[in-house]
Amino acid sequence: MDSNTLYYSLDLVSGSGLTLSSEQKAALQTSLVILKRNNKFNRVLFWGKILGIKGDYFIAQGVSEDEMTDKNSLYSFNCVDWHLLPPATEAMLAEVSAAAKGRFVGDPSHEYEHTEIRRQGEGDEAVEEEVMIKVKEEKRLASTVHTIDKEVSVVPRGAFIKSPHGLVQTNRSFEGLSSLEAGKLSYFLHFTEPQKLKKKSILEMADLNRSIDFLDPLSEDIPKGSWSLQFERGSTVCVIRSMLWLGLTSFHVPMTPQHGYIYMGDGLKNLDLPFML
Amino acid sequence: MAEGALNDQREHTAICFKAFMLKNSTKSNLNLYDHLSRLLTKVMDERPENVVDIIEDMSREVKQELLQDKQSTLRDMPLATAAQLLAEQQRLLFSRRGGDDGEQEEELVETPLPNVSELGFFLEQAGVGLGREEMLRVFLALKQLVDSQPLVRCRLWGKILGTEGNYLVAECEYREGEEEEEGNEETVEDEERDGEPRDDDEEADIDTLPRSTFKPPPVVPKEDNRTGVNKFTYFVCREPGLPWVKLPTVTPTQITAARHIRKFFTGRLDAPIISYPPFPGNEANYLRAQIARISAGTQVSPLGFYQFAEEEGEEEEEGARDSFEENSDFEGIPVPEMAESLSTWVHHVQHILQQGRCVWVNLADKPEDDFEEEADEEEKEEEPDEPDPEVGPPLLTPLSEDAETTNTPPWSSKMSSTLISQFAIAVLRSNLWPGAYTYASGKKFENIYIGWGLKFAGEGYIPTVPTMPQREYPSGPEITESLDPSLEEEQALKATLEEQRAAQEETEGLGEDEEEEEEEDD
Repeated sequence: MDSNTLYYSLDLVSGSGLTLSSEQKAALQTSLVILKRNNKFNRVLFWGKILGIKGDYFIAQGVSEDEMTDKNSLYSFNCVDWHLLPPATEAMLAEVSAAAKGRFVGDPSHEYEHTEIRRQGEGDEAVEEEVMIKVKEEKRLASTVHTIDKEVSVVPRGAFIKSPHGLVQTNRSFEGLSSLEAGKLSYFLHFTEPQKLKKKSILEMADLNRSIDFLDPLSEDIPKGSWSLQFERGSTVCVIRSMLWLGLTSFHVPMTPQHGYIYMGDGLKNLDLPFML
Repeated sequence: MAEGALNDQREHTAICFKAFMLKNSTKSNLNLYDHLSRLLTKVMDERPENVVDIIEDMSREVKQELLQDKQSTLRDMPLATAAQLLAEQQRLLFSRRGGDDGEQEEELVETPLPNVSELGFFLEQAGVGLGREEMLRVFLALKQLVDSQPLVRCRLWGKILGTEGNYLVAECEYREGEEEEEGNEETVEDEERDGEPRDDDEEADIDTLPRSTFKPPPVVPKEDNRTGVNKFTYFVCREPGLPWVKLPTVTPTQITAARHIRKFFTGRLDAPIISYPPFPGNEANYLRAQIARISAGTQVSPLGFYQFAEEEGEEEEEGARDSFEENSDFEGIPVPEMAESLSTWVHHVQHILQQGRCVWVNLADKPEDDFEEEADEEEKEEEPDEPDPEVGPPLLTPLSEDAETTNTPPWSSKMSSTLISQFAIAVLRSNLWPGAYTYASGKKFENIYIGWGLKFAGEGYIPTVPTMPQREYPSGPEITESLDPSLEEEQALKATLEEQRAAQEETEGLGEDEEEEEEEDD
């Protein structure tokens, strides 16, 4: 969520149980401003908190030109000193998914080890090689943040527009969804490269507005129950929680341009989701 | 002269163009001239930044504003939105009951209401909580509960999140003798009573159906109210302000079933739980079972806060001591110590045994209901004569004895603040039940659970596989199908039979001349 609105947006998502202590909120307000100036970001977002066994990571993201692709993630332990996370690459994602299991430890230099026995060659000449994959927790953190953004980041429809140059920017004329629209999952979109948009038939595409409908809506996610949409505080805030990554909460106040999402959890994907619905 | 003519020409073109712009569109009855003038007036009034980038949106807004001004012939019915309905109900929270109570009794009698504001403050330091205003609403809702039910103790247990709605849970204890018997609310327990032989009235001529030899395992009796798992009564409500609903007591079968399934809550108490192994009950029972498991696993207190009542010489071997009282001499353990070591914390809720109860019950002793009068009773008693009594860790065991699962320590502890450590509080977080938090500061401590109501599964949840289907009949030669012999086999058989007979005839033919004239047809 945007760091400018942090102090009142946090109240809107605290229905999930986790908030920040007043000390942390105060520290964030100062350090995020300094961060923005030092790194010359356009906007700074407080992304959330990943709970580890020994310590917790606070994650912030800085956005430059393009809201979707130009993001840099940083982590901190005390909300004051921030360290840059390496950008997540395909190779890193593959390594992490093979090696890192279990909860986050809380120490960025902790190494996860995983031994794989690979066969090289064919048939009788197969040589078994033990390959040890070591992944540092810092990389795991970067890839987790990247994956969560890719899979479950949520924005209301119309909040971002794609300019003719292809840049994704905030829509200044966004006035918020109406209460009726905010109750439907199809008005909320994934904030990443669309997967299903290209496969839509031309008839469906005709109804869409090319500048704001360039993302996938949440209602097309499989399995069907992987999002929980509730109105809290007497239907003044629409809160969407993801069941796939437990801890991701997105909020939107209807008829106002206030929206955002935050992840506060242990950083583990809920792979048992189909059993639990 | 030429200039004059040129000017005239320009003016003429301008007038033509203006007339063109004033032409009403056939579709919307607007014209460009009026629209542009309205748009530019709006820009002049508002003077937004970078107006050229948003001019299209502004243009669309201007058009929409025109449409909305139409007077509709239908009158607007004031629809009560959900927000308004909830606000009405929550307004009741804020109203004081005027004069009913007479004097202020509350000052004299110890109120069972917990101090939720204080709880909210400490939890906020720990980074947990529902937000200040929401906590206050919860506080008022608890006050409403306390006023409506005869309770001696009430505590905010926490909040369980669901897919369509959430539950606010309060843990209460009724006053002595005030508790209403529920009239044997039998929750739907699908016991597999398959053993009863069907009525053979109609089928008396045909062979009776084989009787099933299945005996359902004996049902573990549930614990009485106020003991063990059912020590407290729980009330839930969806939002503060909505009425509180009492949850039924929990039975051991429900707890054992809850251990095997993994399901989200939906937020409706009457929702069915569709799972394998089948859960005996609906969502209210599942909720109660999870609450019982979470309480048993994560309710902790500082060492020394509770102590056993002094009863010498009454220690039974089987019954664990299950009563404790507050230690009035408790001094409070310094916060850094509490955050460092786990042995300064103890469980104060009894551990639930494998059986699903806190106090073990020996099922082999109970006289069984015989609905089959076969000689299987002897077999039963030959089974383990004395099932070993299940023992759990006794009450008030420190947390350092908790077992680790899947390489994660069961608890994480820390101080709430490193900058101002004199006034920091110790915070304990459970890794087994994500969402369970405890804080302690001096003599005050409290537990709370805010989460999805699920245990940490570690590597992944493997659902129970259904059992193999039972065989209907014991297999034997009478009912086993055999293949019909093929033609070659039949002929081969006939050929061998003929040979045998021929051989017999020869041996007999030596003695007798008569030959049988019966020959088989080919």
